[in-house]
Amino acid sequence: MSVLDEVYREILLNHYQNPRNFGVLPEASRRAGGMNPSCGDQVEVMVRLEGDTIAEIRFQGQGCAISTASASLMTEAVKGKKVAEALELSRKFQAMVVEGAPPDPSLGDLLALQGVAKLPARVKCATLAWHALEEALR
Amino acid sequence: MDLSALREDFPLIAGQPDLVYLDSAATSQKPRRVIEALKRFYETLNANVHRGAYRLSAEATEAYEEARKRLARFLNASPNEIVFVRNTTEAMNLVAYAWGLRNLKEGDEILVTEMEHHAGLVPWHLVAGLTGAKVKAIPLTEEGRLDLSALDHLLTERTKVVSLVHMSNVLGTINPVAEVSRRAKEAGALVVVDGAQSAPHLPVDVKALGADFFALSGHKMLGPTGAGVLWGRYEVLEGMMPFLGGGEMIREVHVDRSTYAPPPQRFEAGTPPIAEAIALGEAACYLMEVGMERVFAHDRALLEYALKRLEEVPSLKVYGPKGPDRGGVIPFTLGRLHAHDLATFLDQEGIAVRAGHHCAQPLHRRLGLAATARASFYLYNTQEEVDRFVEALLRIEAKYRAWL
Repeated sequence: MSVLDEVYREILLNHYQNPRNFGVLPEASRRAGGMNPSCGDQVEVMVRLEGDTIAEIRFQGQGCAISTASASLMTEAVKGKKVAEALELSRKFQAMVVEGAPPDPSLGDLLALQGVAKLPARVKCATLAWHALEEALR
Repeated sequence: MDLSALREDFPLIAGQPDLVYLDSAATSQKPRRVIEALKRFYETLNANVHRGAYRLSAEATEAYEEARKRLARFLNASPNEIVFVRNTTEAMNLVAYAWGLRNLKEGDEILVTEMEHHAGLVPWHLVAGLTGAKVKAIPLTEEGRLDLSALDHLLTERTKVVSLVHMSNVLGTINPVAEVSRRAKEAGALVVVDGAQSAPHLPVDVKALGADFFALSGHKMLGPTGAGVLWGRYEVLEGMMPFLGGGEMIREVHVDRSTYAPPPQRFEAGTPPIAEAIALGEAACYLMEVGMERVFAHDRALLEYALKRLEEVPSLKVYGPKGPDRGGVIPFTLGRLHAHDLATFLDQEGIAVRAGHHCAQPLHRRLGLAATARASFYLYNTQEEVDRFVEALLRIEAKYRAWL
């Protein structure tokens, strides 16, 4: 399978064209933006915490298929999780796409982005929303 | 205009036949002569310039000053009007700080255009912030040309600087700089031209342009990175204070004050990029030997051929004006596909294009686009490469139909 076939799969297309948890979260208790100044992609992540649990999360912005799908998959993966668990997931996700580390099975649907590690020019697209999430939770 | 024999002069192009390099607007490939000039300098001439009282330094100085003469010939200017800088960005900052900071005040206006590269905007924003001057922009027409009718109300006695790009790095539009210069001069404004894209691709005669400053980047015109040129009208340079202070740019220094060398040395503080400037001189010679008219005709022929062939790709949309006032740059989008994804797909086909806003966010805002992909041509590109580009787009369109 080519790298492209590995990355540009149905699940990525689905999350790109129908991003989950997309839009404004007016009652957000935390929010942070991310921007890739070299390409113009931008994302804003909004979180409502209940105690240390991510009760709700939404994102908005504009970006390529990889950045949009990554943000969409991220919101599904961390919703309902404790802050510490979400940060741990972020660490595992970034180890997979940035360092090309063997993926942790707990990443679930996020494993769909594993191939991005082989597209160095696109790693930043995949991590954009995650950096914003970390900033929002910090 | 067939220049395909020249491909052999470019080691990277000749050595990677599977690569279709369509990103010369970002940086050009280098001919062997330029690479060898760098090597030759370090192997046979390396010494600092303008200071050593020994043979080697004198020879290095001579080579460096010869490069200045070559760049002067390239632009139809005088050698003492050629200031070596790092690149266009540094040249624009030099003008903004050394001229703008000392001549602008609250209420003054700096007139730019909506198609500027960030290098033609941000230095003015910085200086406007320090002086209280305001930055205004000449708007664009739907086709992507300057709307010169707007000059009637935009050019006033408050306009102190008109700073415009000669050729757009996104749309390829070649602006009527001579006409804008003439009108700006009537209004008493200084004229600054960002020539980063025009100098590599069209014949440039700074005298005919009628501007006060013209900036270029060597690495976009077959030279190495690290050396560029600011041409300035001598009378203007002569009336200016330095940008950076340090060695080589002085006349006399006391502990509490100093006086400065005449131009161009006044604007070349510290050890300059000697090897790079000499190699840039070699690049300018190479281009003059090929002939800039031929380079431009070659780019234009590829552009026309590509625009025609790209019509075969139904989901493709290209931007930029149609007409002779357009260089070899094609911004494009494919359906709803994001430019970055498109560039990744093309990369897998061996085709190098840039994707993003190309350091022209206001222009993309004007076009209503977050990003575009961009193909740009130079003298080493061929029709066959355009064919490969179009065929790759057709394959991508067929394979990723669901993504469009």
